[in-house]
Amino acid sequence: MWGKKAIPKEVIKIHEQRYKDLKAGGKTKDHIANQANAGSTKWRNRRWATLIIINLLFVISFQFDMQLVEGSLTASRFIGFHMADPYAAMQIGLAFGQVILNLVIGTLTVVFIYLIVGGRAFCSWVCPYHLVSELAEKIHLRLTKKKLVKNRPFNINTKYWLWGIFLIIAFVTGYTAFEMLSPLGILSRALIYGPGIGILWVLFLLLVEIFYSRRIWCKNICPIGVTYRFIGIFSLTKVVYDISGCHHDGACRTACLVPHVLDFTKPGKAPRLHDNYVGGDCTNCGMCVDICPTDSLKFDIRFVNKLF
Amino acid sequence: MAKTNTKKVKKKKISRRSFNRGVILTLATLSAAGAGIYPITSPRASNYLRPPGAVPEAEFLASCIKCGQCVQTCPVEAIELAFLDDGFSVGTAYIDARNQGCDFSCDALQCILACPTGALDHKIDKPEQVLMGLAVLTHPDTCLATKNLGFKGHARGKDFQGLLRYSEIDRWKPQLMRDHPVDREICDVCQLLCPIKGAITMEQKTKGDGSSYWTPVVNSNCTGCGVCEMVCPVQEAAIEVIPWKKWQDSSGKDGQESGHVG
Repeated sequence: MWGKKAIPKEVIKIHEQRYKDLKAGGKTKDHIANQANAGSTKWRNRRWATLIIINLLFVISFQFDMQLVEGSLTASRFIGFHMADPYAAMQIGLAFGQVILNLVIGTLTVVFIYLIVGGRAFCSWVCPYHLVSELAEKIHLRLTKKKLVKNRPFNINTKYWLWGIFLIIAFVTGYTAFEMLSPLGILSRALIYGPGIGILWVLFLLLVEIFYSRRIWCKNICPIGVTYRFIGIFSLTKVVYDISGCHHDGACRTACLVPHVLDFTKPGKAPRLHDNYVGGDCTNCGMCVDICPTDSLKFDIRFVNKLF
Repeated sequence: MAKTNTKKVKKKKISRRSFNRGVILTLATLSAAGAGIYPITSPRASNYLRPPGAVPEAEFLASCIKCGQCVQTCPVEAIELAFLDDGFSVGTAYIDARNQGCDFSCDALQCILACPTGALDHKIDKPEQVLMGLAVLTHPDTCLATKNLGFKGHARGKDFQGLLRYSEIDRWKPQLMRDHPVDREICDVCQLLCPIKGAITMEQKTKGDGSSYWTPVVNSNCTGCGVCEMVCPVQEAAIEVIPWKKWQDSSGKDGQESGHVG
């Protein structure tokens, strides 16, 4: 995003110093001392709590007929306000060939919310599949550590192709074909209305993620994530990187679902001292913020923070 | 120079491989979606009785967002969601009439109001305008009325969970059917409990041998709500609702015209 702009001299100076340090094999004392801060689970706990509460609200309001959040994660009404999954709404608009006012309102509401809290924040803070996928990832990482399983990374652009293809399919055939594959819809409905045979498909995906390719659905396939990614480009809440304390260990990138958004943490890559904001693919999961031993990565609300 | 060249070649090779693997993944995902097309070709897929106000089946499949807001709002819990084994219908709303018909006890058609996508047509706002399907006496041989038999007791047994509105008891709260046993000299339970006035009438007919018998007759204002199918006291409902889609398929004409039998 900033690639074309000239890197300020002070940043270049820091980069040069870091190269020297790294060449000398130098890990400074405060570097080692600071490692103690790493491995906090603050953001993960907050995120899991939010995710579970949101999904429980759906379940509870149906079970006890509270009319708090009606529907499921594909479309719902939150105390009367329409909400709709933007990708599902787009598919239906194309398949149905009609503009449906309630869907438009619901989609705009959702877009507005995620412009504030961060585009793919939906993925890591709301989507129930993300949670089970994270647990599968833990198993996957344990197995790869023991060399029992090999991770096979796929092309990160695949999800963009699928995003387009499923929209075309919806338009041409009149079927919202992706919705029958969507583990988000299947899981959300399973939680609220009881599990169906679709759960087997979700289990299959999890097995693929454990034994074949790490987080392949969220990383390489899911077009819902792509839609939120486009929102994320413009969203306010983002992870921001400050180079001054960074040791370039790369711990953040190993924790990250989409490590390419953290490329500027590599030595010599950061274009700025502060204000290095991550790209749209970031899910605001906060794993990098948790793991960073030097607090070089933080959550920030762009533009708004400048007001105070 | 040579070194950088091999590096470039290597990088190109990696990116090509990565591209190819992306193509494979795309095809795999698409074929998984394609596998869902298969079940829709089965006759079962089109047999669903859709909720009140449902637009024609193809448009319904295109527009239902599978959120279940209609399920949540229905006071008698008549609406259910289909699952993966139902192909493209996965998660779409339907009514299993034998289990729980739509008795219109919400009056204002809450499911239609709840639908965010127009899969249930917002233009319909009265029960009388609904056309989900049509009731047909599919098994006249088992119908008690045609055998001139009466019925006394619990139409669907003492354990049946089905709900119905009994206006004279409570206008707003649907009652358990099993709490309201019937006693009819000639069985006319379908006509008795039908929520649409005059949709079913009992008529006396004469056989070839001169003996007479009773039969329920479905009239043109039947909405296909499925209450008659739910309440029919014989083992396998003698009267069933045929979804509108099926009428269209078999008659090749507009279901609204051809389906109605007088």
